[in-house]
Amino acid sequence: MPPFLYIFLGALAIVSALGVIVQRNPIHSLLSLISTLLTIAILFIGENAVVVGFLQIIVYAGAIMILFLFVIWLLNLQVESGPTGHLALKAFGSLGAALLVTELFFLLAPPHLQVKFTQEPAGYGSLASLAGKLFTDYLVAFEVTSLLLLAAVVGSIALARRLPVVVEEPQPRVVEKIAS
Amino acid sequence: MIPLTYMMSLSAIIFAIGVAGVIIRRNILVMFMSIELMLNAVNLAFIAIGSRLGSMDGQVIVFFVMTVAAAESAVGLGIIISTFRNRETVHADELTLMRW
Repeated sequence: MPPFLYIFLGALAIVSALGVIVQRNPIHSLLSLISTLLTIAILFIGENAVVVGFLQIIVYAGAIMILFLFVIWLLNLQVESGPTGHLALKAFGSLGAALLVTELFFLLAPPHLQVKFTQEPAGYGSLASLAGKLFTDYLVAFEVTSLLLLAAVVGSIALARRLPVVVEEPQPRVVEKIAS
Repeated sequence: MIPLTYMMSLSAIIFAIGVAGVIIRRNILVMFMSIELMLNAVNLAFIAIGSRLGSMDGQVIVFFVMTVAAAESAVGLGIIISTFRNRETVHADELTLMRW
């Protein structure tokens, strides 16, 4: 990718990331977040991580963001009225973020971050090389991740499930416990 | 190829915006979105360094981060729904009790 495209995409990512935190309406925040994720996906593809870039679009900008959208609809969230949060908190948050950026700049400046530049091997970023790495060196982590996903599915169903309302009163204490 | 410093700076700025979002915003859902923003900033750094080193490890780790983020958002949104059902709010300052 030509350098000006990187600059443009970087600016777009920063602006839409700022949009996530300044928008009043959660839907607008979500749309800004999707825009950020798509921009980052294009940057991934520009960095020769083609498969991961498309996975980012499908999994993140597609699946996870739709989940957020459904939750916003389900909760019927409206535009926040009135001032959100305290002014001191906002000042503290902005100051903290600025300090964090400065600190990260110093940490990631070239004298500290010495990366030995290597030419990318042939087939870098392809599906075959990703899968080859995933199913040899990272096989255990891959299997553990599948267990994690299973646990997350069961856990989220258990959490979001509506508790059954008990109508009879053979055990009044149980009813009270559920209702409270 | 664009210098590594540019990509790392971009990643640092997006990460800091995510941190600011978690601190400033009081809507739980928007705080959650800011967490996703931070995860993506880290992914960007992984991809940038991995492509400079010519190693696939960065991309594999990004793959795992994405999977964990999917699990995390499923569980987190489940928690938000069940909290909202009981308390009728998504405002973080109004959620001060661990029980309901």
